[in-house]
Amino acid sequence: MTVALDKTAPLAGARRLSRRMVVAAILVVWLVLFAVFRGRQTLTLAAADLTGLHRWFNDVNDTIGANRNTNPLFLYFFNEIRLVIDNLVGFVQHLISQPTGARPVPQIGWLGVVGLAGYVSWAVANWRVALLAVAGFAFFGLQGLWQESMDTLSLTVSAVLVALLFALPLGVWAGLSDRFNRIVTPLLDFMQTMPTFVYLAPLTLFFLIGPASATIATLIYAAPPAIRITAHAIRSVPESTVEAADSLGATRRQTLLKVLLPMSRRTVVMGVNQTIMAALAMVTIAALIDAPGLGKTVVQALQSLDVGTAFNAGLAIVVMAIVLDRVTTAASGREEAARRSGSRFLTWRRPLLAVGAVGTAILVYLSHTYVWAAEFPGDGGTGSSIASAADTATTWAQDHLSGITNTARDIITNGLLNPFQSLLTDSPWWLVGAALVALGAVLGGRFAAVTAAVCVGLLVGTGVWSDSMTTLASTVVATVLVMVLGVVFGVWMGRSVLVDRVLRPTLDAAQVMPPFVYLVPFLALFGATRFTAIVAAVVYAAPVAMKIIADGVRAVPETTVEAATSAGCNTWQIITKVQLPMSRSALTLATNQGLIYVLSMVVVGGLVGAGALGYDVVAGFSQGELYGKGLAAGLAIVLLGVMFDRITQAAARRTGA
Amino acid sequence: MVRHWRAGAAGLAVLGLTLTACGGAKVGDGSSAGSKSSGGKCGTFNLAVNPWVGYEADAAVVAYVAQHDLGCTVDKKDLKEEIAWQGFGTGEVDAILENWGHDDLKKKYITEQKTAVDAGSTGNKGVIGWFVPPWLAKAHPDITDWRNLNKYASHFRTSESGGKGQLLDGDPSYVTNDAALVKNLKLNFKVVYAGSETALIQAYRTAEKNKQWVIGYFYEPQWFLSEVPLVKVDLPKYTTGCDADAAKIACDYPVYDLNKIVSSRFARSGSPAYKLVKNFHWTNDDQNTVAKYIAQDKMSPDAAAKKWVEANRDKVEAWLK
Repeated sequence: MTVALDKTAPLAGARRLSRRMVVAAILVVWLVLFAVFRGRQTLTLAAADLTGLHRWFNDVNDTIGANRNTNPLFLYFFNEIRLVIDNLVGFVQHLISQPTGARPVPQIGWLGVVGLAGYVSWAVANWRVALLAVAGFAFFGLQGLWQESMDTLSLTVSAVLVALLFALPLGVWAGLSDRFNRIVTPLLDFMQTMPTFVYLAPLTLFFLIGPASATIATLIYAAPPAIRITAHAIRSVPESTVEAADSLGATRRQTLLKVLLPMSRRTVVMGVNQTIMAALAMVTIAALIDAPGLGKTVVQALQSLDVGTAFNAGLAIVVMAIVLDRVTTAASGREEAARRSGSRFLTWRRPLLAVGAVGTAILVYLSHTYVWAAEFPGDGGTGSSIASAADTATTWAQDHLSGITNTARDIITNGLLNPFQSLLTDSPWWLVGAALVALGAVLGGRFAAVTAAVCVGLLVGTGVWSDSMTTLASTVVATVLVMVLGVVFGVWMGRSVLVDRVLRPTLDAAQVMPPFVYLVPFLALFGATRFTAIVAAVVYAAPVAMKIIADGVRAVPETTVEAATSAGCNTWQIITKVQLPMSRSALTLATNQGLIYVLSMVVVGGLVGAGALGYDVVAGFSQGELYGKGLAAGLAIVLLGVMFDRITQAAARRTGA
Repeated sequence: MVRHWRAGAAGLAVLGLTLTACGGAKVGDGSSAGSKSSGGKCGTFNLAVNPWVGYEADAAVVAYVAQHDLGCTVDKKDLKEEIAWQGFGTGEVDAILENWGHDDLKKKYITEQKTAVDAGSTGNKGVIGWFVPPWLAKAHPDITDWRNLNKYASHFRTSESGGKGQLLDGDPSYVTNDAALVKNLKLNFKVVYAGSETALIQAYRTAEKNKQWVIGYFYEPQWFLSEVPLVKVDLPKYTTGCDADAAKIACDYPVYDLNKIVSSRFARSGSPAYKLVKNFHWTNDDQNTVAKYIAQDKMSPDAAAKKWVEANRDKVEAWLK
């Protein structure tokens, strides 16, 4: 789903204008037919009702469960995988988080882990991020969450390792072979948009309850970015370089190892970075199948609506994500940075690394041997102050803001969401389907229209058409809000480095803070409504849009802006006439990613009153009889995602070309 | 420059040696394992913990007794109900302590797969129904009769209920007949799915604080009732068989006798932990006390269990006989 677009084209004025007219015409026809056919053939299905497909899914699930202990596939295949992964996770846990045998503490205590984190960050990146890593890891201890953080780290590290083991070779293959790329892309879309709740229960059938299932659930979600970005990196090595290697007589293998891989290294590391972030996003969900760590703390605290404790654990996840993100980002750019900083440092690097290694080894030894270096001292007092501060803040907001928030909710719900939703759910299914296909054709071309038609057909087949339309309405409204915020803040960040630097950590935090943490205050402010779900989705998706738009605005050549300034344009004119039109491809990409991120919050929305597909998935996870319906709802979410991804991508290619 | 690095290395080494020399207590020194499984017979006891506080209270007390009186190693696993039942077959779960009905799961795992068996009642009574916040029941006492609900329907309107009154349904884990009830009792209400227990509790909390109109699906025993004592609305009385046809239900929910389910393997094992689970029996008040320690007094489950067990030694002794 990564759209890589480089250049914007000058306006193709006339054609765009006519396209806009066609879109308007489609909408008018839709409205007229809606007035005529309203309420007919809407394919509604009540919450407890099932279709034949749903029952069939249930039967398949039951059959697998009943034959688990006799099926050779389980005995010799899944069980072996489970054993290997369980052992890997167990090994890392005994190293840094869990006691082994008679030893009451893990092999390496806090001092050793902090030392290792600092040393490794320094070795692969630079001393600034090393300081950040040391501070971040020490912070877990101060929060009183040392062991939980290490459990989360163990699981994340194991999942990322296993994911990369498969993802990097597959990514290289997808980069080299167009055919494989075409096969694997829909599969990756599926892995990324299928809600985890749908496959969590079956996973425990295949791999039992324990670290293996948690790791596999995590890596299903986390591996795709690495595959996509690796393939993209291999593909973006300039054609001429590869040809030069060919003409020098390099074999395929040599070209790969000596040219393609080294030249795409930097981008590949970004793929690793994205995989780590995705793995951390799964921490709370994996806790539902007994994955140890911070996720458990969050989930447990929320059973008694203890926002403070949940926030404290959520903050630890955020800190871990920021540390890992900054270290890997710095690592991808290290060689260039080192070269620029001059040779004096380079000659000293090796001896310094050796000294660092000795120092780290001493710290590890100390933490293995002495109690003070093994168990984090103190009682986690910082954690309880963070928790009570968070509690105070939420209580204040609930007491003082609910009047304003209720007004905002009612305006958006009655003015925007309700009319739009009734247009989608009360129109006959064939009318909505035809409108979607027509819009796809106009915006994205023939291929997008065919995709839309196939997706509409399959959506009808899932039996949850009406719920899909309800979800679609909320999704579109959320995406509109995301884009409004994205443009406002993205332009601001793109124009000012200072603003960017101040806002970026907040955006990172909003992306990795588990949504469960902020759901309780949102529920208090907006009630259990579709609007609460929309707000949660906006919090999660807006940062991505802002970042993409900021990058787009910054990529507009300085000289163009200067020319416009000297031509007498004021700031408003520069933004609306120069910077935004020139970053149109970034805007399309932001819409695409914003929509996909909003869709990934559908299930969370189902937990706070959005109903529809999100609720179907959650209910399917909780009740055996509804499992099939939950799976169908999950498929519907995937289909919505694929349809919009293909239409926006095709539209982006059109505006870009 | 070379001298610098030598000096640095020497410094580090000295620092290291100093730290080692005056290091303090060594790992494994004084930690003579106090809570070693002394009995030895019990071994590991895999206890599923379903995600609600009442269950956590049951699990905390049973785990505490199993650990301290029977010397078991208790492995608590945080799981949703479905997954916990699945665990019986794979040997990953030995016992579930608070089961709410779940006839479909009983059929699948007890009758068909024979991987689980019923281990008797916990003594807790599960009551499901429609509840309103206490201020509302006080201001309009007749609201607790379902016949009067239509009179007040317009007050329950929200942005989600499309002009009708809103009936807030919560946790998708439980079977609800609410959509059928609304239809068959001809109530001018629409069921709105809050989607989680968290959402329900927060809705009632806000409603009681700001005197808002809310009616919804809730249940006891539940820790939240000791914070806000919700009032139950009377639906037409439950009679045996009145819920036979799901589409035609027009009566209240039955009172659930909450029970314990164990894996058949565990039941045959002769483990003292199995006897404990089988004998475990207490009242709604007992559970609410422990749940309150955990949810409102923010004690750890283990500390909460300790406090209750020490105050109720006689009850615990009866389980151990």
